[in-house]
Amino acid sequence: MMITYWLNGKKSSADIEPGMMLYDFLRSQGCYSVKCGCETTNCGLCTVWVNDVPVLSCAVLAVRIDGCQVTTLEGLQEDAKEFAYYMGLQGADQCGFCNPGFVMNVLAMVRRFDSPTEDDIKEFLSGNLCRCTGYMSHMRAIKEYFKAKGKEVRS
Amino acid sequence: MNIVQYTKAASLEEAWELNQGRGAVVLGGCCWLRLSPQRRIAQAIDLSGLGLDAIEERDDSFKIGAMVTLGAFGSHEGLLTYTKGAVKEATRHIVGTQFRNLATIGGSISGRFGFSDIWTLLLALDADVELYKGGRVPLSDFGKTGPGKDIVSHIIVPKKSSQTAYASLRLNETDFPIIAAAVHVDGKDVRCAIGARPGRAEVMTLPVDTVKTLGCEKAGREFAEKVTYETNQRGSSEYRHDMAVVLCRRLLAQTMGDDV
Ligand SMILES: Cc1cc2nc3c(=O)[nH]c(=O)nc-3n(C[C@H](O)[C@H](O)[C@H](O)COP(=O)(O)OP(=O)(O)OC[C@H]3O[C@@H](n4cnc5c(N)ncnc54)[C@H](O)[C@@H]3O)c2cc1C
Ligand code: FES
Ligand code: FES
Repeated sequence: MMITYWLNGKKSSADIEPGMMLYDFLRSQGCYSVKCGCETTNCGLCTVWVNDVPVLSCAVLAVRIDGCQVTTLEGLQEDAKEFAYYMGLQGADQCGFCNPGFVMNVLAMVRRFDSPTEDDIKEFLSGNLCRCTGYMSHMRAIKEYFKAKGKEVRS
Repeated sequence: MNIVQYTKAASLEEAWELNQGRGAVVLGGCCWLRLSPQRRIAQAIDLSGLGLDAIEERDDSFKIGAMVTLGAFGSHEGLLTYTKGAVKEATRHIVGTQFRNLATIGGSISGRFGFSDIWTLLLALDADVELYKGGRVPLSDFGKTGPGKDIVSHIIVPKKSSQTAYASLRLNETDFPIIAAAVHVDGKDVRCAIGARPGRAEVMTLPVDTVKTLGCEKAGREFAEKVTYETNQRGSSEYRHDMAVVLCRRLLAQTMGDDV
């Protein structure tokens, strides 16, 4: 099936199988930040944005991006670098496996909220599982990142 | 997924016609369908081009398109106000933001899952299901049949002067509920739905006056004892029963306050 889409701002077309999942397709297009952790819609690792909305690419049929804007971490390098600085500072990464999906969802969240509470943040990120950090260092990094963006996290 | 033929339907009529064939499957958000990647889908029918992703607020009801995501359902201002936040409480534990941006109300209703938070809440709210050919049927009747070869186009939530509350108990934040309950009180009746028993939610009704006479504790027990509970990995039938009593009591106190 022919689809036309914008990947990280660049218009492209492709001929794909109807059953292909979006994460397979994105990897075939060289977006290796997109990984599949569970394949059962549970872990959040495969998060990408479709029309600026964060979704699980392991549950989206690639045919459904026809006419859509798709954003992966490859298209958000500057933002990712800025947030990664605070993650590094707070030791918010251990094995790093969860990182791509987590960063994609944090970058979506910072665009959504101006002054979230800690509970808002936990709720927004509850679909991003991390087996190493215990999430406390994540929270510290997010708070610093919000501050750097001129936003605040309410307690 | 193993899809042989994919069609983005141009009308509900086309979707329905395609759905009469063998091996045809209607696609909602695909979050559940994608768990069976080997299942052969001879004809996948995509409803995403039919404008079914809108919630229409009317004087007497909310008309919710089948393709409305759980995220949109749980954050709709009109529904939040009408249900006193219960739509948010019933959706916020479901996996995560990215999941809720995909999974649909139509898929949640058609799947008739026993663990469903959505079923539990919508039963208490006395919702109807609109089928393309079958017309409008009460959700509890739809529970017995499912969509069959028909297509769910909308869910209708009637508006009444009422109070609603929702609660669930989970082993951890984004797991399936061990038990879920919703209470909806209008001027006349108290509707109480209990789900994740782990069987599909069931709804019971008592007159408001009866609940007032019994008080929250006894009325909560009365509701909880009208349904059966089973044991699975998440909890025993006894535990589910005991927790259902607690949730019903709390929800009655929340919705009826000083009246009981
Ligand atoms: C890991 C995981 C955890 C979950 N946890 C919870 C939870 O805690 N609480 C909860 O309430 N739910 C939970 N769910 C269920 C979820 O909320 C959705 O109900 C489920 O994903 C189905 O919605 P969907 O849009 O993805 O449907 P799909 O997967 O696309 O479809 C599901 C079924 O419905 C049919 N269908 C879809 N739309 C229609 C239609 N319009 N007409 C006729 N048939 C249709 C499909 O053919 C299919 O048989 C969970 C699901 C998963 C995968
Ligand atoms: S790979 Fe998509 S949620 Fe885990
Ligand atoms: S850092 Fe190892 S899973 Fe998150």
